Amino acid sequence: MLDHGRHEHPDWLWRSPEPRTGYDAIIVGAGGHGLATAYYLAERHGMTDVAVLDRGWLGGGNMGRNTTIIRSNYLYDESAGIYDHALKLWDGLSQDLNYNVMYSARGVMMLAHNVHDIQVLKRHVHANRLNGIDNEWLTPEQAKEFCPPLNISRDARYPVVGASLQRRGGTARHDAVAWGYARAASARGVHIIQNCEVTGIKRAAGGQVTGVETSKGSIGAKKIGVVAAGHSSVIMNMAGIRMPLESYPLQALVSEPVKPVFPCVVMSNTVHAYISQSDKGELVIGAGTDQYISYSQTGGLHILNHTLDAICEMFPMFTRMKMLRSWGGIVDVTPDRSPILAKTPVKGLYVNCGWGTGGFKATPGSGNVFAHTIARDEPHPINAPFTIERFRTGRLIDEAAAAAVAH
Amino acid sequence: MLLIRCPYCEEERPELEFRNAGEAHIARPSNIAATSDEDFEKFFFIRSNPKGIIFERWRHMHGCARFFNAVRDTVSDKFVMTYKAGEPKPDLAAIAESGPAAWANRPPDQLNVKKPAAKRKTIKKGEA
Repeated sequence: MLDHGRHEHPDWLWRSPEPRTGYDAIIVGAGGHGLATAYYLAERHGMTDVAVLDRGWLGGGNMGRNTTIIRSNYLYDESAGIYDHALKLWDGLSQDLNYNVMYSARGVMMLAHNVHDIQVLKRHVHANRLNGIDNEWLTPEQAKEFCPPLNISRDARYPVVGASLQRRGGTARHDAVAWGYARAASARGVHIIQNCEVTGIKRAAGGQVTGVETSKGSIGAKKIGVVAAGHSSVIMNMAGIRMPLESYPLQALVSEPVKPVFPCVVMSNTVHAYISQSDKGELVIGAGTDQYISYSQTGGLHILNHTLDAICEMFPMFTRMKMLRSWGGIVDVTPDRSPILAKTPVKGLYVNCGWGTGGFKATPGSGNVFAHTIARDEPHPINAPFTIERFRTGRLIDEAAAAAVAH
Repeated sequence: MLLIRCPYCEEERPELEFRNAGEAHIARPSNIAATSDEDFEKFFFIRSNPKGIIFERWRHMHGCARFFNAVRDTVSDKFVMTYKAGEPKPDLAAIAESGPAAWANRPPDQLNVKKPAAKRKTIKKGEA
Protein backbone atom coordinates (compact mmCIF):
# COMPACT_ATOMS: atom_id res chain seq x y z
CA MET A 1 0.00 0.00 0.00
CA LEU A 2 2.83 2.35 0.93
CA ASP A 3 4.50 1.50 -2.39
CA HIS A 4 1.24 2.20 -4.21
CA GLY A 5 1.00 5.58 -2.54
CA ARG A 6 4.18 6.67 -4.27
CA HIS A 7 2.66 6.34 -7.74
CA GLU A 8 0.23 8.94 -8.98
CA HIS A 9 -1.20 6.71 -11.73
CA PRO A 10 -2.51 3.57 -9.98
CA ASP A 11 -1.87 1.10 -12.79
CA TRP A 12 -2.21 -1.87 -10.43
CA LEU A 13 -5.98 -1.34 -10.57
CA TRP A 14 -6.27 -2.68 -14.12
CA ARG A 15 -4.39 -5.14 -16.32
CA SER A 16 -2.30 -3.80 -19.22
CA PRO A 17 -2.29 -6.69 -21.70
CA GLU A 18 -0.77 -6.83 -25.16
CA PRO A 19 -3.51 -6.33 -27.77
CA ARG A 20 -5.14 -9.41 -29.30
CA THR A 21 -5.46 -9.65 -33.09
CA GLY A 22 -9.13 -8.75 -32.93
CA TYR A 23 -12.05 -7.81 -30.69
CA ASP A 24 -15.83 -7.67 -30.89
CA ALA A 25 -15.60 -3.97 -30.16
CA ILE A 26 -12.88 -1.35 -29.88
CA ILE A 27 -13.37 1.92 -28.02
CA VAL A 28 -11.05 4.70 -29.22
CA GLY A 29 -10.22 6.88 -26.23
CA ALA A 30 -9.69 5.82 -22.61
CA GLY A 31 -11.21 8.87 -21.02
CA GLY A 32 -14.17 8.80 -18.70
CA HIS A 33 -16.79 8.34 -21.41
CA GLY A 34 -14.78 5.63 -23.20
CA LEU A 35 -14.03 3.65 -20.04
CA ALA A 36 -17.65 3.98 -18.89
CA THR A 37 -18.78 2.71 -22.30
CA ALA A 38 -16.51 -0.34 -21.97
CA TYR A 39 -17.72 -1.00 -18.42
CA TYR A 40 -21.40 -0.88 -19.38
CA LEU A 41 -20.75 -3.00 -22.48
CA ALA A 42 -19.35 -5.71 -20.20
CA GLU A 43 -21.69 -5.19 -17.25
CA ARG A 44 -25.05 -4.57 -18.92
CA HIS A 45 -24.67 -6.13 -22.36
CA GLY A 46 -22.38 -9.09 -21.79
CA MET A 47 -19.79 -7.83 -24.30
CA THR A 48 -16.42 -8.57 -22.71
CA ASP A 49 -14.31 -9.03 -25.86
CA VAL A 50 -13.66 -5.30 -25.86
CA ALA A 51 -10.51 -3.17 -25.99
CA VAL A 52 -10.15 0.48 -25.03
CA LEU A 53 -7.26 2.16 -26.86
CA ASP A 54 -5.64 5.44 -25.92
CA ARG A 55 -2.74 7.29 -27.49
CA GLY A 56 -1.65 8.51 -24.06
CA TRP A 57 -2.45 7.25 -20.61
CA LEU A 58 -5.90 6.49 -19.29
CA GLY A 59 -7.79 9.52 -18.04
CA GLY A 60 -4.97 11.84 -19.15
CA GLY A 61 -7.00 14.06 -21.47
CA ASN A 62 -10.03 16.10 -20.51
CA MET A 63 -10.93 13.53 -17.84
CA GLY A 64 -7.99 14.77 -15.78
CA ARG A 65 -8.45 18.43 -16.77
CA ASN A 66 -12.07 19.31 -15.97
CA THR A 67 -13.45 21.10 -12.92
CA THR A 68 -15.45 18.04 -11.74
CA ILE A 69 -18.84 19.77 -11.61
CA ILE A 70 -21.98 17.62 -11.79
CA ARG A 71 -25.46 18.99 -12.48
CA SER A 72 -28.44 18.31 -14.74
CA ASN A 73 -30.33 21.64 -14.81
CA TYR A 74 -30.40 21.92 -18.61
CA LEU A 75 -33.24 23.67 -20.40
CA TYR A 76 -34.38 21.30 -23.14
CA ASP A 77 -36.13 17.97 -22.63
CA GLU A 78 -33.49 16.03 -24.58
CA SER A 79 -30.62 17.48 -22.53
CA ALA A 80 -32.53 17.09 -19.28
CA GLY A 81 -33.05 13.45 -20.21
CA ILE A 82 -29.41 12.57 -20.75
CA TYR A 83 -27.86 14.71 -18.01
CA ASP A 84 -30.35 13.56 -15.40
CA HIS A 85 -29.83 9.95 -16.49
CA ALA A 86 -26.18 10.56 -15.64
CA LEU A 87 -27.00 12.25 -12.33
CA LYS A 88 -29.10 9.25 -11.26
CA LEU A 89 -26.14 6.98 -12.04
CA TRP A 90 -23.71 9.23 -10.11
CA ASP A 91 -25.84 8.51 -7.06
CA GLY A 92 -24.72 4.96 -6.34
CA LEU A 93 -21.75 4.86 -8.71
CA SER A 94 -19.26 4.21 -5.90
CA GLN A 95 -21.30 1.13 -4.90
CA ASP A 96 -21.70 -0.04 -8.53
CA LEU A 97 -17.95 0.18 -9.15
CA ASN A 98 -16.94 -0.78 -5.60
CA TYR A 99 -14.58 2.20 -5.82
CA ASN A 100 -15.03 5.53 -4.12
CA VAL A 101 -15.55 8.23 -6.75
CA MET A 102 -16.22 10.79 -4.01
CA TYR A 103 -19.51 12.02 -5.49
CA SER A 104 -20.56 14.87 -3.24
CA ALA A 105 -24.04 16.36 -3.74
CA ARG A 106 -23.06 19.68 -2.24
CA GLY A 107 -25.35 21.75 -4.47
CA VAL A 108 -24.77 23.85 -7.60
CA MET A 109 -25.86 27.45 -7.26
CA MET A 110 -26.22 29.84 -10.19
CA LEU A 111 -26.33 33.52 -9.36
CA ALA A 112 -28.57 36.18 -10.89
CA HIS A 113 -27.30 39.76 -11.05
CA ASN A 114 -29.94 41.47 -13.17
CA VAL A 115 -33.46 41.15 -14.52
CA HIS A 116 -32.36 39.08 -17.50
CA ASP A 117 -30.54 36.60 -15.24
CA ILE A 118 -33.66 36.26 -13.09
CA GLN A 119 -35.81 35.51 -16.12
CA VAL A 120 -33.35 33.00 -17.57
CA LEU A 121 -32.75 31.17 -14.30
CA LYS A 122 -36.45 31.06 -13.38
CA ARG A 123 -37.21 29.68 -16.82
CA HIS A 124 -34.66 26.95 -16.16
CA VAL A 125 -36.13 26.23 -12.72
CA HIS A 126 -39.62 25.80 -14.19
CA ALA A 127 -38.43 23.77 -17.19
CA ASN A 128 -36.40 21.49 -14.94
CA ARG A 129 -39.27 20.90 -12.51
CA LEU A 130 -41.58 19.99 -15.39
CA ASN A 131 -38.97 17.37 -16.29
CA GLY A 132 -38.87 16.08 -12.72
CA ILE A 133 -35.44 17.58 -12.03
CA ASP A 134 -34.83 19.35 -8.74
CA ASN A 135 -34.02 23.04 -9.11
CA GLU A 136 -35.26 25.84 -6.89
CA TRP A 137 -35.28 29.61 -6.79
CA LEU A 138 -33.60 31.32 -3.83
CA THR A 139 -33.80 34.87 -2.57
CA PRO A 140 -30.45 36.56 -1.88
CA GLU A 141 -30.91 35.86 1.84
CA GLN A 142 -31.59 32.16 1.19
CA ALA A 143 -28.57 32.02 -1.10
CA LYS A 144 -26.40 33.57 1.60
CA GLU A 145 -27.68 31.04 4.12
CA PHE A 146 -26.73 28.16 1.80
CA CYS A 147 -23.38 29.70 0.82
CA PRO A 148 -22.12 32.04 3.59
CA PRO A 149 -19.14 33.48 1.61
CA LEU A 150 -21.58 35.24 -0.75
CA ASN A 151 -21.69 39.02 -0.51
CA ILE A 152 -25.36 39.99 -0.95
CA SER A 153 -25.06 43.67 -0.10
CA ARG A 154 -26.83 45.94 -2.58
CA ASP A 155 -23.73 48.01 -3.25
CA ALA A 156 -21.57 45.11 -4.43
CA ARG A 157 -20.04 45.54 -7.89
CA TYR A 158 -22.29 42.71 -9.14
CA PRO A 159 -25.19 42.56 -6.65
CA VAL A 160 -26.77 39.14 -6.09
CA VAL A 161 -30.49 39.50 -6.73
CA GLY A 162 -31.36 35.81 -6.54
CA ALA A 163 -30.06 32.36 -7.36
CA SER A 164 -31.12 28.95 -8.58
CA LEU A 165 -29.99 25.89 -6.68
CA GLN A 166 -29.81 22.27 -7.75
CA ARG A 167 -29.19 20.43 -4.49
CA ARG A 168 -28.36 17.10 -6.17
CA GLY A 169 -25.61 18.82 -8.16
CA GLY A 170 -22.08 18.82 -6.83
CA THR A 171 -18.69 17.34 -7.58
CA ALA A 172 -16.87 13.99 -7.86
CA ARG A 173 -13.19 13.14 -8.00
CA HIS A 174 -12.47 12.99 -11.74
CA ASP A 175 -9.37 10.73 -11.54
CA ALA A 176 -11.19 8.27 -9.28
CA VAL A 177 -14.02 8.05 -11.81
CA ALA A 178 -11.59 7.08 -14.59
CA TRP A 179 -9.74 4.62 -12.33
CA GLY A 180 -12.95 3.13 -10.96
CA TYR A 181 -14.38 2.48 -14.43
CA ALA A 182 -11.02 1.15 -15.67
CA ARG A 183 -10.73 -1.21 -12.72
CA ALA A 184 -14.32 -2.47 -13.01
CA ALA A 185 -14.05 -2.90 -16.82
CA SER A 186 -10.70 -4.68 -16.57
CA ALA A 187 -12.09 -7.05 -13.93
CA ARG A 188 -14.81 -8.04 -16.43
CA GLY A 189 -12.28 -8.88 -19.14
CA VAL A 190 -11.98 -5.60 -21.03
CA HIS A 191 -8.47 -4.87 -22.37
CA ILE A 192 -7.21 -1.38 -21.62
CA ILE A 193 -4.32 -0.59 -23.96
CA GLN A 194 -2.52 2.67 -23.29
CA ASN A 195 0.11 4.42 -25.43
CA CYS A 196 -1.56 2.94 -28.50
CA GLU A 197 -2.45 5.63 -31.02
CA VAL A 198 -5.08 4.89 -33.66
CA THR A 199 -3.70 5.96 -37.05
CA GLY A 200 -6.34 4.55 -39.38
CA ILE A 201 -9.74 2.88 -39.60
CA LYS A 202 -9.90 -0.22 -41.80
CA ARG A 203 -13.04 -0.91 -43.83
CA ALA A 204 -14.24 -3.80 -45.98
CA ALA A 205 -15.33 -3.46 -49.59
CA GLY A 206 -18.92 -3.14 -48.39
CA GLY A 207 -17.95 -0.12 -46.29
CA GLN A 208 -18.28 -1.64 -42.84
CA VAL A 209 -15.41 -1.31 -40.39
CA THR A 210 -13.02 -4.23 -39.92
CA GLY A 211 -10.52 -2.79 -37.46
CA VAL A 212 -7.98 -0.09 -36.74
CA GLU A 213 -4.36 0.61 -37.58
CA THR A 214 -2.44 1.63 -34.49
CA SER A 215 1.05 2.44 -33.29
CA LYS A 216 1.05 -1.12 -31.90
CA GLY A 217 -0.01 -2.68 -35.18
CA SER A 218 -3.24 -3.64 -36.84
CA ILE A 219 -6.16 -4.72 -34.60
CA GLY A 220 -9.40 -6.19 -35.93
CA ALA A 221 -12.82 -5.11 -34.68
CA LYS A 222 -16.43 -5.75 -35.66
CA LYS A 223 -17.54 -2.49 -34.06
CA ILE A 224 -15.68 0.72 -33.27
CA GLY A 225 -16.82 3.40 -30.87
CA VAL A 226 -15.03 6.74 -31.24
CA VAL A 227 -14.93 8.63 -27.93
CA ALA A 228 -11.94 10.85 -28.63
CA ALA A 229 -13.11 14.28 -27.35
CA GLY A 230 -11.02 17.05 -28.97
CA HIS A 231 -9.58 14.59 -31.51
CA SER A 232 -12.95 13.18 -32.63
CA SER A 233 -12.86 14.94 -36.00
CA VAL A 234 -9.31 13.62 -36.59
CA ILE A 235 -10.38 10.02 -35.96
CA MET A 236 -13.67 10.34 -37.87
CA ASN A 237 -11.76 11.73 -40.87
CA MET A 238 -9.94 8.39 -40.99
CA ALA A 239 -13.28 6.82 -41.88
CA GLY A 240 -14.05 9.58 -44.37
CA ILE A 241 -16.61 11.35 -42.22
CA ARG A 242 -16.36 15.12 -41.84
CA MET A 243 -17.84 16.31 -38.57
CA PRO A 244 -19.70 19.43 -37.44
CA LEU A 245 -17.07 19.98 -34.75
CA GLU A 246 -14.48 22.57 -33.82
CA SER A 247 -11.80 22.00 -31.16
CA TYR A 248 -10.85 24.77 -28.75
CA PRO A 249 -8.56 25.03 -25.72
CA LEU A 250 -10.44 25.32 -22.42
CA GLN A 251 -8.52 26.26 -19.29
CA ALA A 252 -8.94 25.74 -15.57
CA LEU A 253 -6.85 26.49 -12.52
CA VAL A 254 -6.53 25.65 -8.83
CA SER A 255 -5.36 27.69 -5.88
CA GLU A 256 -3.15 26.70 -2.99
CA PRO A 257 -5.08 24.45 -0.57
CA VAL A 258 -6.81 26.11 2.38
CA LYS A 259 -9.21 24.97 5.10
CA PRO A 260 -12.86 24.49 4.07
CA VAL A 261 -14.31 27.90 3.23
CA PHE A 262 -16.59 27.24 0.28
CA PRO A 263 -19.44 24.77 0.81
CA CYS A 264 -20.96 24.40 -2.67
CA VAL A 265 -20.42 25.09 -6.37
CA VAL A 266 -21.20 28.68 -7.41
CA MET A 267 -21.55 29.86 -10.99
CA SER A 268 -22.15 33.36 -12.15
CA ASN A 269 -22.64 33.39 -15.88
CA THR A 270 -22.96 37.12 -16.28
CA VAL A 271 -19.48 37.81 -14.90
CA HIS A 272 -18.13 34.37 -15.83
CA ALA A 273 -17.01 33.26 -12.41
CA TYR A 274 -17.27 29.61 -11.56
CA ILE A 275 -15.79 28.15 -8.43
CA SER A 276 -15.83 25.28 -5.93
CA GLN A 277 -13.45 23.91 -3.32
CA SER A 278 -12.00 20.43 -3.63
CA ASP A 279 -11.74 18.04 -0.70
CA LYS A 280 -7.98 18.74 -0.73
CA GLY A 281 -8.82 22.40 -0.06
CA GLU A 282 -7.89 23.91 -3.41
CA LEU A 283 -10.26 26.38 -5.02
CA VAL A 284 -11.14 24.91 -8.42
CA ILE A 285 -11.86 27.59 -11.00
CA GLY A 286 -13.02 27.13 -14.57
CA ALA A 287 -12.04 29.66 -17.24
CA GLY A 288 -13.31 30.11 -20.78
CA THR A 289 -12.26 28.83 -24.18
CA ASP A 290 -9.89 30.59 -26.52
CA GLN A 291 -11.46 32.02 -29.66
CA TYR A 292 -9.41 29.99 -32.14
CA ILE A 293 -9.18 26.31 -33.04
CA SER A 294 -6.20 24.65 -31.42
CA TYR A 295 -4.89 21.25 -30.40
CA SER A 296 -2.12 22.72 -28.25
CA GLN A 297 -3.62 21.98 -24.79
CA THR A 298 -2.61 25.47 -23.71
CA GLY A 299 -4.47 28.74 -23.85
CA GLY A 300 -4.00 32.47 -23.52
CA LEU A 301 -3.16 33.97 -20.14
CA HIS A 302 -5.72 36.74 -20.66
CA ILE A 303 -8.47 34.08 -20.54
CA LEU A 304 -7.40 33.07 -17.01
CA ASN A 305 -7.03 36.72 -15.96
CA HIS A 306 -10.55 37.47 -17.11
CA THR A 307 -11.97 34.70 -14.92
CA LEU A 308 -9.85 35.70 -11.92
CA ASP A 309 -11.06 39.31 -12.28
CA ALA A 310 -14.61 38.02 -11.91
CA ILE A 311 -13.72 35.75 -8.96
CA CYS A 312 -12.06 38.64 -7.13
CA GLU A 313 -15.07 40.89 -7.74
CA MET A 314 -17.47 38.25 -6.46
CA PHE A 315 -15.38 36.98 -3.55
CA PRO A 316 -12.96 39.66 -2.34
CA MET A 317 -11.71 37.28 0.36
CA PHE A 318 -9.95 35.27 -2.38
CA THR A 319 -7.97 38.22 -3.78
CA ARG A 320 -4.84 37.34 -1.84
CA MET A 321 -4.85 33.61 -2.57
CA LYS A 322 -2.09 32.19 -4.70
CA MET A 323 -3.01 30.24 -7.79
CA LEU A 324 -1.04 27.00 -7.85
CA ARG A 325 -1.52 25.48 -11.29
CA SER A 326 -3.37 26.14 -14.53
CA TRP A 327 -3.79 23.92 -17.56
CA GLY A 328 -5.73 23.52 -20.78
CA GLY A 329 -7.65 20.74 -22.47
CA ILE A 330 -9.02 20.50 -25.99
CA VAL A 331 -12.81 20.45 -26.16
CA ASP A 332 -14.83 19.52 -29.25
CA VAL A 333 -17.76 21.87 -29.73
CA THR A 334 -20.81 21.29 -31.92
CA PRO A 335 -22.80 24.11 -33.54
CA ASP A 336 -25.71 23.66 -31.07
CA ARG A 337 -23.46 22.91 -28.07
CA SER A 338 -25.14 19.52 -27.55
CA PRO A 339 -23.27 16.22 -27.91
CA ILE A 340 -23.43 13.67 -30.70
CA LEU A 341 -24.04 10.09 -29.46
CA ALA A 342 -25.03 8.08 -32.44
CA LYS A 343 -24.60 5.57 -35.19
CA THR A 344 -22.75 6.91 -38.21
CA PRO A 345 -23.18 6.45 -41.98
CA VAL A 346 -20.37 3.83 -41.77
CA LYS A 347 -21.60 0.41 -40.66
CA GLY A 348 -20.08 -0.66 -37.35
CA LEU A 349 -18.78 2.82 -36.53
CA TYR A 350 -20.33 4.72 -33.61
CA VAL A 351 -19.45 8.14 -32.27
CA ASN A 352 -19.75 9.82 -28.89
CA CYS A 353 -18.39 13.37 -29.11
CA GLY A 354 -19.22 17.05 -29.05
CA TRP A 355 -19.51 17.32 -25.27
CA GLY A 356 -17.79 20.66 -25.58
CA THR A 357 -17.04 22.36 -22.32
CA GLY A 358 -19.29 20.21 -20.12
CA GLY A 359 -18.78 16.49 -20.59
CA PHE A 360 -17.58 15.32 -17.19
CA LYS A 361 -20.99 15.51 -15.51
CA ALA A 362 -22.44 13.21 -18.16
CA THR A 363 -19.79 10.47 -17.88
CA PRO A 364 -21.93 7.62 -16.45
CA GLY A 365 -25.03 8.43 -18.50
CA SER A 366 -23.07 8.88 -21.71
CA GLY A 367 -21.20 5.58 -21.31
CA ASN A 368 -24.41 3.82 -20.36
CA VAL A 369 -26.45 4.81 -23.41
CA PHE A 370 -23.48 4.63 -25.79
CA ALA A 371 -22.86 1.03 -24.71
CA HIS A 372 -26.52 0.34 -25.50
CA THR A 373 -26.10 1.97 -28.93
CA ILE A 374 -23.05 -0.17 -29.75
CA ALA A 375 -24.35 -3.45 -28.34
CA ARG A 376 -27.82 -3.25 -29.92
CA ASP A 377 -26.82 -1.28 -33.02
CA GLU A 378 -29.61 1.17 -32.22
CA PRO A 379 -29.73 4.20 -29.95
CA HIS A 380 -31.22 4.14 -26.48
CA PRO A 381 -34.33 6.38 -26.32
CA ILE A 382 -32.33 8.82 -24.19
CA ASN A 383 -29.64 9.40 -26.84
CA ALA A 384 -31.89 8.95 -29.89
CA PRO A 385 -32.20 12.76 -30.43
CA PHE A 386 -28.41 13.25 -30.36
CA THR A 387 -27.78 12.21 -33.97
CA ILE A 388 -25.27 13.50 -36.51
CA GLU A 389 -28.14 13.94 -38.96
CA ARG A 390 -29.76 16.68 -36.88
CA PHE A 391 -27.48 19.21 -38.58
CA ARG A 392 -29.04 18.21 -41.87
CA THR A 393 -32.65 18.02 -40.73
CA GLY A 394 -32.43 21.11 -38.56
CA ARG A 395 -33.73 19.28 -35.47
CA LEU A 396 -31.09 20.91 -33.25
CA ILE A 397 -30.90 20.73 -29.46
CA ASP A 398 -29.97 24.34 -29.15
CA GLU A 399 -28.63 24.70 -25.62
CA ALA A 400 -26.16 27.27 -26.98
CA ALA A 401 -28.73 29.93 -27.67
CA ALA A 402 -31.19 29.29 -24.90
CA ALA A 403 -29.27 28.04 -21.92
CA ALA A 404 -26.96 30.90 -20.92
CA VAL A 405 -25.17 28.41 -18.72
CA ALA A 406 -21.50 28.18 -18.03
CA HIS A 407 -20.37 24.67 -18.84
CA MET B 1 -1.78 35.54 -26.32
CA LEU B 2 -1.19 35.39 -30.04
CA LEU B 3 0.58 38.10 -31.98
CA ILE B 4 -1.24 38.56 -35.25
CA ARG B 5 -0.06 40.43 -38.33
CA CYS B 6 -2.88 42.43 -39.91
CA PRO B 7 -2.20 42.53 -43.66
CA TYR B 8 -3.97 45.88 -43.98
CA CYS B 9 -2.28 47.66 -41.06
CA GLU B 10 0.93 45.81 -41.93
CA GLU B 11 2.01 45.20 -38.37
CA GLU B 12 1.78 42.65 -35.59
CA ARG B 13 -0.79 43.44 -32.95
CA PRO B 14 -1.94 41.53 -29.84
CA GLU B 15 -4.75 39.02 -30.17
CA LEU B 16 -7.07 41.14 -28.01
CA GLU B 17 -7.54 43.50 -30.99
CA PHE B 18 -8.85 40.65 -33.14
CA ARG B 19 -11.85 38.37 -33.40
CA ASN B 20 -11.51 34.92 -34.91
CA ALA B 21 -14.16 34.48 -37.56
CA GLY B 22 -13.96 30.76 -38.31
CA GLU B 23 -12.78 28.70 -41.23
CA ALA B 24 -11.77 30.59 -44.39
CA HIS B 25 -12.56 29.91 -48.05
CA ILE B 26 -16.09 28.61 -47.44
CA ALA B 27 -18.16 30.05 -50.27
CA ARG B 28 -21.74 31.02 -49.49
CA PRO B 29 -24.09 29.47 -52.06
CA SER B 30 -25.22 32.06 -54.59
CA ASN B 31 -28.86 31.01 -54.27
CA ILE B 32 -29.22 29.84 -50.70
CA ALA B 33 -32.97 29.25 -51.02
CA ALA B 34 -32.34 26.58 -53.66
CA THR B 35 -29.59 24.84 -51.68
CA SER B 36 -30.27 21.22 -50.74
CA ASP B 37 -30.22 20.17 -47.07
CA GLU B 38 -26.98 18.24 -47.70
CA ASP B 39 -25.22 21.23 -49.24
CA PHE B 40 -26.51 23.59 -46.57
CA GLU B 41 -25.19 21.27 -43.86
CA LYS B 42 -21.77 21.20 -45.54
CA PHE B 43 -21.74 24.97 -45.92
CA PHE B 44 -23.12 25.91 -42.52
CA PHE B 45 -22.15 23.19 -40.02
CA ILE B 46 -19.41 20.89 -41.30
CA ARG B 47 -15.89 22.12 -40.56
CA SER B 48 -12.47 20.70 -41.38
CA ASN B 49 -11.16 21.31 -37.82
CA PRO B 50 -7.65 20.23 -38.86
CA LYS B 51 -4.89 19.13 -36.53
CA GLY B 52 -2.14 21.00 -38.36
CA ILE B 53 -2.43 23.75 -40.96
CA ILE B 54 -5.70 25.70 -40.86
CA PHE B 55 -6.96 28.47 -43.13
CA GLU B 56 -9.02 30.82 -41.00
CA ARG B 57 -10.59 34.26 -40.99
CA TRP B 58 -9.77 36.98 -38.50
CA ARG B 59 -11.20 40.45 -38.07
CA HIS B 60 -9.09 43.34 -36.82
CA MET B 61 -11.98 44.44 -34.63
CA HIS B 62 -10.22 47.10 -32.59
CA GLY B 63 -8.00 48.32 -35.41
CA CYS B 64 -8.95 48.71 -39.05
CA ALA B 65 -12.01 46.46 -38.46
CA ARG B 66 -11.34 44.56 -41.70
CA PHE B 67 -11.60 40.83 -42.26
CA PHE B 68 -8.53 38.97 -43.50
CA ASN B 69 -7.30 35.39 -43.73
CA ALA B 70 -4.52 33.54 -41.96
CA VAL B 71 -2.64 30.27 -42.25
CA ARG B 72 -1.83 28.83 -38.83
CA ASP B 73 -0.63 25.56 -37.33
CA THR B 74 -3.23 24.41 -34.78
CA VAL B 75 -0.68 22.27 -32.92
CA SER B 76 1.90 24.99 -32.24
CA ASP B 77 -0.52 27.94 -32.72
CA LYS B 78 2.18 29.58 -34.86
CA PHE B 79 1.04 31.66 -37.82
CA VAL B 80 2.54 30.77 -41.17
CA MET B 81 1.19 33.89 -42.89
CA THR B 82 -1.74 36.27 -43.11
CA TYR B 83 -3.21 37.66 -46.33
CA LYS B 84 -5.96 39.98 -47.47
CA ALA B 85 -9.55 38.87 -47.95
CA GLY B 86 -10.27 37.95 -51.54
CA GLU B 87 -6.73 36.79 -52.26
CA PRO B 88 -6.50 33.19 -53.43
CA LYS B 89 -5.90 30.37 -50.96
CA PRO B 90 -2.12 30.04 -50.65
CA ASP B 91 -0.42 26.95 -52.02
CA LEU B 92 0.73 24.83 -49.09
CA ALA B 93 3.82 23.56 -50.93
CA ALA B 94 4.93 27.12 -51.68
CA ILE B 95 4.45 28.05 -48.03
CA ALA B 96 6.59 25.12 -46.94
CA GLU B 97 9.38 26.34 -49.24
CA SER B 98 9.35 29.91 -48.01
CA GLY B 99 9.34 28.67 -44.43
CA PRO B 100 7.38 29.97 -41.49
CA ALA B 101 7.29 33.68 -40.89
CA ALA B 102 8.47 35.78 -38.01
CA TRP B 103 7.20 33.39 -35.37
CA ALA B 104 9.63 30.57 -36.07
CA ASN B 105 12.04 31.27 -33.25
CA ARG B 106 14.14 33.66 -35.29
CA PRO B 107 16.38 36.13 -33.48
CA PRO B 108 14.80 39.59 -33.10
CA ASP B 109 16.96 41.25 -35.77
CA GLN B 110 15.59 38.82 -38.35
CA LEU B 111 11.92 39.34 -37.51
CA ASN B 112 9.64 41.05 -40.01
CA VAL B 113 12.17 41.11 -42.82
CA LYS B 114 11.39 39.69 -46.21
CA LYS B 115 14.53 37.58 -46.41
CA PRO B 116 16.09 36.29 -43.21
CA ALA B 117 19.70 37.26 -42.72
CA ALA B 118 20.80 33.68 -43.28
CA LYS B 119 19.51 33.79 -46.86
CA ARG B 120 20.79 37.27 -47.68
CA LYS B 121 23.96 37.82 -49.67
CA THR B 122 26.79 37.96 -47.22
CA ILE B 123 28.56 41.26 -47.10
CA LYS B 124 32.31 41.12 -46.66
CA LYS B 125 34.13 43.47 -44.39
CA GLY B 126 34.92 46.69 -46.18
CA GLU B 127 32.27 46.24 -48.90
CA ALA B 128 29.55 48.12 -47.00
